[in-house]
Amino acid sequence: MFYREAGQFKASYQEDQQIFPIRQDRIGFWVAMAFLFLAVPMIANQYWLQAILTPVLIFSLAALGLNILTGYAGQLSLGSAAFMAVGAFGTYNFMLRIDGMPFLVALVLGGLCAAAVGILFGLPSLRIKGFYLAVATLAAQFFIVWVLVKFGWFSNYSTSGVITAQQVEIFGFAFDTPLLKYLLTLVIVCVFALFAKNMVRSATGRKWMAVRDMDVAAEVIGIRLMGTKLQAFAISSFYCGVAGALYAYMYLGTVEPEGFNLDLSFRILFMIIIGGVGSILGSFIGAAFIVLLPVFLNVVMHTSIGAFVPPNIAANLELIIFGGLIVFFLIVEPHGLARLWQLAKEKLRIWPFPH
Amino acid sequence: MTFFFEVLIGGLLSGVLYALVALGFVLIFKASGVFNFAQGAMVFFAALTFVGFTEVLPGWTGLAEGGRAVFWLAFLLALGSMIVLGIATEKVVLRPLVNQPAITLFMATIGLTFLVEGIAQGIWGTSVRGLDLGIQDEPIMWVLDRADMIVSKFDVFAAAVALVLFIVLALLFQYTRVGRALRAVADDHQAALSVGIPLKHIWAIVWGVAGFVALVAGLIWGARNGVQFALTFTALKALPVLILGGFTSVPGAILGGLIIGASEKLAEVYVGPFVGGGIESWFPYILALLFLLVRPEGLFGEKHIDRV
Repeated sequence: MFYREAGQFKASYQEDQQIFPIRQDRIGFWVAMAFLFLAVPMIANQYWLQAILTPVLIFSLAALGLNILTGYAGQLSLGSAAFMAVGAFGTYNFMLRIDGMPFLVALVLGGLCAAAVGILFGLPSLRIKGFYLAVATLAAQFFIVWVLVKFGWFSNYSTSGVITAQQVEIFGFAFDTPLLKYLLTLVIVCVFALFAKNMVRSATGRKWMAVRDMDVAAEVIGIRLMGTKLQAFAISSFYCGVAGALYAYMYLGTVEPEGFNLDLSFRILFMIIIGGVGSILGSFIGAAFIVLLPVFLNVVMHTSIGAFVPPNIAANLELIIFGGLIVFFLIVEPHGLARLWQLAKEKLRIWPFPH
Repeated sequence: MTFFFEVLIGGLLSGVLYALVALGFVLIFKASGVFNFAQGAMVFFAALTFVGFTEVLPGWTGLAEGGRAVFWLAFLLALGSMIVLGIATEKVVLRPLVNQPAITLFMATIGLTFLVEGIAQGIWGTSVRGLDLGIQDEPIMWVLDRADMIVSKFDVFAAAVALVLFIVLALLFQYTRVGRALRAVADDHQAALSVGIPLKHIWAIVWGVAGFVALVAGLIWGARNGVQFALTFTALKALPVLILGGFTSVPGAILGGLIIGASEKLAEVYVGPFVGGGIESWFPYILALLFLLVRPEGLFGEKHIDRV
């Protein structure tokens, strides 16, 4: 009754091509934006901003990057954490070695480093695909972390490669409180999400999807496989790299190469599986889900229900629940939580008269 | 030169262990087209279950601790658990995912990895256990005297076990009714179905066999490095082996394992010092990656032809 596009006519090309063609969606979007930009800063406390909201946004960006590569271009990657590491260490070095380097420029340059490394490790995708490629990206995962640990130059010769993020200033304005960091992250993530959304609904994204669905057929209709795949690798790694830099500068402050391990790569993969493979919204939902689940479990474990769970099970419950959820989602809803949201909208359109 | 051979033999013998894990992958991939990332978790589960049973059995049955009876009983129970795990996996996880893209199945097995690891540690606890197979990790005196080389007794024993396992599996595949059916299914699911081979039974058998292989691999790895969470990483080492050997070839898994084992040890010893060491962690992957650029289907893999 309330969610219906009847009566909304598109009178110009511009209206036809907008991201949210239905008015209710637009209203919903602006309400969500207003909530994130205005309401959250007013109601959230330090803990929420620092430990939950900022990481959710950062992981959303990383998941977005992986989703571009895996969800849209169909190239499975198990090395997203390594590309995050490249972004983080790249940004760190640009900030460190060039005097008066603006943070945002360093961020983009760090992302570009990640993109270059991504192209390098994406090269095998021209010859191999599927599982073979997954293993090839594992090579990136182990190799990059090893390089960052072994060669002290990258971490300015600190012990075991730990880097400490410099103070972030933009036009002389220091971003040093959790709230400011949250807002900066939010702005960056919004911009990147907008870019991603526009990429996947334009010719670029259509090429990716054609390659994903069947690369030989895509080649036959005139899509250059090499360019398209490498482009997906580059953009995906760029996103991951920026996410990695934000992870270091906005969230943790101090990171070591070992922090960007295979486990983190898997977590990002889980985010897109649970959120929705091939969905921009899904990246956000998935990231929120994966970040919030351990927090939620922790809370449950420390209440009355937790008393009934034996401690040796409780410690591993997170693993079991993660694994179980992945399997469950793949079986029941392979398109993830984003698809559930879409189905709910379909239902809403005809509610309350389904026939 | 002696040192070179020592490293080479050490590498080859550890390669046998990689091959053992890779074999589990190949069996399942051949028969059901599933790339079972959870094989490493299964190895961990198997070893942990075995050790767990050897610990609790004396208390339950009154058998002598560390005795032969306990060993075999624990082995049988662990084998039973592995077969149950394998069949349950097939039924609960993979059956509902039939006809999904291979990548979906792969991701499901990643989920399964976490599930199995969680369950194993939930039941048996997270502490590191020792596992004693009664063979010491000490140099063989005979070789040390004659050739002045250190060759571990345990490594040779492990290689012998692996060899026996390979031969048994080869015979099983080649000469038995079940083996023929397995090969038929591996060749072409539909054709196998149409000549009346019960696909579901075959898959259950394959998962059972893969569980058995995981148990053997788990016992040997566990005895060598202790039964701990790190066992699951053996699966990651088995991946370049598979790439090198091809996903569908048993001889490929063996040869790939040997090549990876030998080359990573040699690289660590001869190249490692120049770049700061620790290259073992990524060398196999880079080697496999370079190899893929030349021969994308692996040493013995089937050549894949794409059709629109």
